[in-house]
Amino acid sequence: MTFKELFNTTNWEEIKSSIYSKTAVDVERALSSGKRTLEDFKALISPAAEPYLERMAKESNALTQKRFGKTIQLYTPMYLSNECNNICTYCGFSFDNKIRRKTLTDEEILKEVAYLKERGFNHILLVTGEANHTVHVPYFKRVMDLIRNEFANISIEVQPLDEAEYGVLHEAGVYSVLVYQETYHQDVYKAYHPKGKKSNFEYRLDTPDRCGKAGIHKIGLGILLGLEDWRTDSFFCALHLDYLQKTYWQTKYSISFPRMRPAEGIIEPNVIVGDRELVQLICAYRLFNEDVELSVSTRESEHFRNHVIPLGVTTMSAGSKTNPGGYVVEPESLEQFEISDERPVEEIARLIRDSGYEAVWKDWDRSFALQSGKQNENEERNTVIKTSDV
Amino acid sequence: MFKIGDKELKSRLFLGTGKFGSSKQMEAAVLASGSELVTVALKRVDLETETDDLLAHLKHSHINLLPNTSGARNAKEAVFAAQLAREAMETNWLKLEIHPDPKYLLPDPIETLKATEELAKLGFIILPYIHADPVLCKRLEDAGTAAVMPLGAPIGTNKGLKTLDFLEIIIEQSRVPVIVDAGIGSPSHAAHAMELGADAVLVNTAIAVAKNPEEMALAFKMAVESGRMAYEAGLGAISRSANASSPLTGFLNM
Repeated sequence: MTFKELFNTTNWEEIKSSIYSKTAVDVERALSSGKRTLEDFKALISPAAEPYLERMAKESNALTQKRFGKTIQLYTPMYLSNECNNICTYCGFSFDNKIRRKTLTDEEILKEVAYLKERGFNHILLVTGEANHTVHVPYFKRVMDLIRNEFANISIEVQPLDEAEYGVLHEAGVYSVLVYQETYHQDVYKAYHPKGKKSNFEYRLDTPDRCGKAGIHKIGLGILLGLEDWRTDSFFCALHLDYLQKTYWQTKYSISFPRMRPAEGIIEPNVIVGDRELVQLICAYRLFNEDVELSVSTRESEHFRNHVIPLGVTTMSAGSKTNPGGYVVEPESLEQFEISDERPVEEIARLIRDSGYEAVWKDWDRSFALQSGKQNENEERNTVIKTSDV
Repeated sequence: MFKIGDKELKSRLFLGTGKFGSSKQMEAAVLASGSELVTVALKRVDLETETDDLLAHLKHSHINLLPNTSGARNAKEAVFAAQLAREAMETNWLKLEIHPDPKYLLPDPIETLKATEELAKLGFIILPYIHADPVLCKRLEDAGTAAVMPLGAPIGTNKGLKTLDFLEIIIEQSRVPVIVDAGIGSPSHAAHAMELGADAVLVNTAIAVAKNPEEMALAFKMAVESGRMAYEAGLGAISRSANASSPLTGFLNM
């Protein structure tokens, strides 16, 4: 069974009303349970759990330290392109946003890479819009060949691809794929994505299955907080996570919590998710799933990020730019959204240390990926030998 | 003193170096523990800069590095990572970890045996992380392992010696050192493992995540020493009932 089939057996309104009818008794049961279920998750994200926030935070802190230690992984996005043929009413890259578009050339990519390496980054996330005639698998493959040896860990957040295409990128050294459903409310999804390939809800819903089948190491899930009722949407995301973990048991998973941010020409959020609610959601995920990575980006404010470190998160981006060439090449190009925490990465690393945590810059080695990407082995071995000669 | 491969070790406490709040804190804990063998994840070490923070804090003459292959999902990946680690960290010692399951990080016995066979031919001193499976331990011995590292409980759980009955069999049968790895959550767990006759224990989470890692490391050092001392002194047998008289065979003395 694929997730789509499981999803088709559910009903948004029923799940929503089941979440909103959870009581303090359900929350207490969820809190005291050793193995928490999806029903427990519903209770933990319900309004009934709001008075239990401090208890949830303490438990989330302890569970996270037990599994991940006192560490926070650092990464940064590198936007390769803002070309996009989709209309998404909340996104700065939306096709109908008549602003000059840019896709980085090889030379430009290397300039951005040099800058990010200088800052100390070893884990990187490549981001694009969806422009299948120019920013396609051959382009991604070329970029991977260009930068594979520059970073320990490379993730992508690009248009959904076919299983075989993920296979190609996996072999080329891509470690993880992030693909957010945005919202699991099918009708609402159609309204936010009126045009372009992205308007196909089901193809997107099937994407993590295709990643899993292609052997991608880590799959990142999420919803865009601000589009629909966040509790119901988060339940579906947790259901998706649960299904994937059972089906592709060799794969790691991460959850991100993007809250809508201002951007050029976009709509206002339909739902405001407050700081208190976001903390509840982060803690609920941790209590539900002890080993999922939880990621918080620079969309969040300095104030929020200063305090969120011990609450269950494992991964943070820092010093981010959301436009292609934003670091060096073309700082003024169209950005996807305005970031909120603009502090440089050195400052975020210091913040992590001051919170009693270790900032981890490297937690993967490309030599593992190499075993699937056979064709690069000899080239890679040479690099290894050179390095150890130093 | 005990020996793994050609190395004599005084301390029977091995430490993991992940999960600490800072490298400085990790160093303090390692020093307090008296450990001479610490495991380092290849994936965490930056081999390209000459000043890797983690390794820099482990530069003490009595500390030996035990690179691990955490991240490898099969024998092929592990063998490759092992060779890389050998070159980079200049040691042929290896903690072989193959866990294809990222949820509970449980070791794959089939791939671990395969990798041990290959790595032994390549001259590695192999310490494989495995289930508390007595048959697998014997198979690994035949394949040329230097020690075995059965788990007490799933890694990072602090649950103690959940595999007790199997650990006892492994210790009874083993011709190579037995190091209880994973699940040891408190000094009493460590002492218990040592009392059973384990040659050493490996601890990470319980020390790294403690409020005061340095002090916890010292507590583990003392527990391991005391457990070993008790084992060597010979523990009294446990009896289920009082042995006041011999009612069944007493007549023989009449």
